[in-house]
Amino acid sequence: MNKKFWKSGDPFVWLTGVALMFSLLMIAGLLYLIAAKGLGFFWPANVAEIRLKDGNMVLGEITGHEKVKGYNAAEDEPYIERTQLKIGNRDLYGLDFRWVDDDQIESTTYPKFAVVLERREWGNMYGFIKEVSESGQIICSGNEECWPVLEDQIPRYARIADEIKSIEKGTIGGINAQIENLRLDIRGLEMKGGDNREEILKIQTKIKEQEEKYKEQEEILTSLYTEFNKEKVMVASVDGREKEMPAGNIVRAYRPNDMSWFQKTSFYLSKVWEFVSAEPREANTEGGVFPAIFGTVLMVLIMSVVVLPFGVVAALYLREYAKQGVLVRIVRICVNNLAGVPSIVFGVFAVGFFIYGLGSTIDGIFFKEALPNPTYGTGGILWASLTLALLTVPVVIVATEEGLSAVPKEIRDGSLALGATKFETTWKIVIPSAMPAILTGLILAIARATGEVAPLMITGVVKLAPQLPIDSYFPYMHLERKFMHLGFHIYDVGFQSPNVEAAKPMVYTTAMLLILIVVALNLTAIIIRNQLRKKYTTSAV
Amino acid sequence: MNTETVIEAPETRINEQIKVHGDPKSSKYKVPDPIVQVNGANLYYGEKQALKSIYMDIPKNKATAFIGPSGCGKSTLLRCFNRLNDLVDSARVEGEILIDGEDIYDPSVDITQLRKNVGMVFQKSNPFPKSIYENVAYGARIAGENRKSVLDETVEKSLKGAALWDEVHDRLHESALGMSGGQMQRLCIARAIAVEPEILLMDEPCSALDPIATGKIEDLITELKSKYTIVIVTHNMQQASRVSDYTAFMYLGELIEYDTTETIFLKPKYKQTEDYVSGKFG
Repeated sequence: MNKKFWKSGDPFVWLTGVALMFSLLMIAGLLYLIAAKGLGFFWPANVAEIRLKDGNMVLGEITGHEKVKGYNAAEDEPYIERTQLKIGNRDLYGLDFRWVDDDQIESTTYPKFAVVLERREWGNMYGFIKEVSESGQIICSGNEECWPVLEDQIPRYARIADEIKSIEKGTIGGINAQIENLRLDIRGLEMKGGDNREEILKIQTKIKEQEEKYKEQEEILTSLYTEFNKEKVMVASVDGREKEMPAGNIVRAYRPNDMSWFQKTSFYLSKVWEFVSAEPREANTEGGVFPAIFGTVLMVLIMSVVVLPFGVVAALYLREYAKQGVLVRIVRICVNNLAGVPSIVFGVFAVGFFIYGLGSTIDGIFFKEALPNPTYGTGGILWASLTLALLTVPVVIVATEEGLSAVPKEIRDGSLALGATKFETTWKIVIPSAMPAILTGLILAIARATGEVAPLMITGVVKLAPQLPIDSYFPYMHLERKFMHLGFHIYDVGFQSPNVEAAKPMVYTTAMLLILIVVALNLTAIIIRNQLRKKYTTSAV
Repeated sequence: MNTETVIEAPETRINEQIKVHGDPKSSKYKVPDPIVQVNGANLYYGEKQALKSIYMDIPKNKATAFIGPSGCGKSTLLRCFNRLNDLVDSARVEGEILIDGEDIYDPSVDITQLRKNVGMVFQKSNPFPKSIYENVAYGARIAGENRKSVLDETVEKSLKGAALWDEVHDRLHESALGMSGGQMQRLCIARAIAVEPEILLMDEPCSALDPIATGKIEDLITELKSKYTIVIVTHNMQQASRVSDYTAFMYLGELIEYDTTETIFLKPKYKQTEDYVSGKFG
């Protein structure tokens, strides 16, 4: 009986089933953790006003609850329960979070007028509106009266803020870029030597013109800033401290305890939109991650464009043209092992070869005027993409080779028998048939590259990139620029930020976004592959 | 069943011929209007000799069948005619094979031109993973023809020639891989005749098909005979007797007997041939 039981294979089936289940559970658990911690971040939680037994008041969002061993607790009841609150008001309290022991709480209420102000500086403010004033003149006072005024004014300030940003980043950025280009032109002429004083003078007048424009824009900016800071809002914290701030400093004002479910949902969606479309604020802990999304996707695209042809061509030679023998076998083993080399090693190689080698040479030939400032001789999105291409090329080679070897010999013979040359056969029959496998290789490469951080940290990723690698100024693609990356963003926000506790949910949210981007990129490739597969399914006969 | 070990080695016909006639070339079976002339072809796969001194002429616009047990070299001989054996690294050919009087193993021969002139249909139908239209147009496109009207005409003519037009004319742009086995094999024939070859080589074209599909292909071969010279390798002796005008029996790399199909099947000269066609071995 026992022997029969083992022979039947049932235990083995169970074992495999259990192993699979464990793997799936771990993946599901990971996704659940990230989603649970990340998704709630933007939801406007109610603001609790807690009266403590010693008479003090605390106002904030309840963010956690835990049971810990108290240091002066009773012998028979060593554990105490405590609640974590996000109290904000960093400028007043110095800390964003506070723990309150549950046995110290006398009562908890949710006051209707409690307001949350999301600010451009100093993080959230929790309190009650006291008054709004304009150049010393009080416009309104009290919660009831001021709320409509504030709700009315905030969108106007948002528009002004947009305008300021567009001038600072757009117009002035453009003027600066032009002045810099002209300056480099002068430097180039000077280096060339000879008599070109006239030309230099011409350029200098052009620079003057640009500087005039710059001054004009600066005046506009100054007036905008004055407008921006005209109205002041006075807010009282729950313990009676007052704080006055310019109304322009407020990004959003909301009273979560007074919001309907529908209002909260639309607020949530607007925050999510800000997250994926806006630039980061406050050392990356607030605002959006758009530059990081942009950098990640662009880097993966550049990598794909480079890695696909290289990998396919290499595999074609290995499989179709090279004489199969010991040498090719050794090369194949080396390629396979290359995929297992730690990524930081590729990073180090890239720094030495791409940046210091190639980059410096390019600078010496094409960007002489800008020296000693490096153009390509320093980390940038091009070098980071090439590093990843190097890292993932073995994956593409292996997958392509498998695809090529799976193309039936009969089909190749059929093409050759019709008078096609080997090249025509390869190009018109073999590569299209192997396309699904090639794309599988690309999918694996993208999956690996999107999640890679270590080699990027030394080849061009930065905490905060002032400009995107693509903009509206010639030559539009600035591949030498440093860029932001979601993976590095997670590391930076989570572990390098001055305010780790406040940034924690941001870490999960960004991680979720990174997963979503990997899924989206892969899904695109998978859809293309399936389309091709439908076209090229090999016959069953 | 492997019966080859039971059979005694054949009395080598070549040696016998040399004894009787002196020159084996002059002892070749005479056929009218030969298009392919094989004069002492030897083929080696590395050390192993797969074809031993073959002498034969293949007549124009007739169907010639190669029969013989597995591994006798009939497919190898067939693949010599379009030099598809060149793809095997270890293969080496000696002797001369003339098509239209030209030695096709001469270094000056353009292989792609040769293969356009000598079409081939394979044992396993091998349509390209493309549409029906593109499959048939492939040869013409390779030859540099890109005018749509010409291609359309070629495709229609070839599909009609392969008796496939009526079945597929309304789905020319669907994948060829969705066709039935018999249709795929006829598509391969259409693809081969689209480049207008003189000779059509068929390597066991019906071995993977059911009897009805086989019947259709056999009818097609009978029809194609008038325009093309057909050389067909087959395992099926009934098929050989049905479709071919001449039959060659091969055994262990040697051409044992070559004559009209009637003679081979009714009164063969050699005992081995008789044993094989009567089903005593094979």
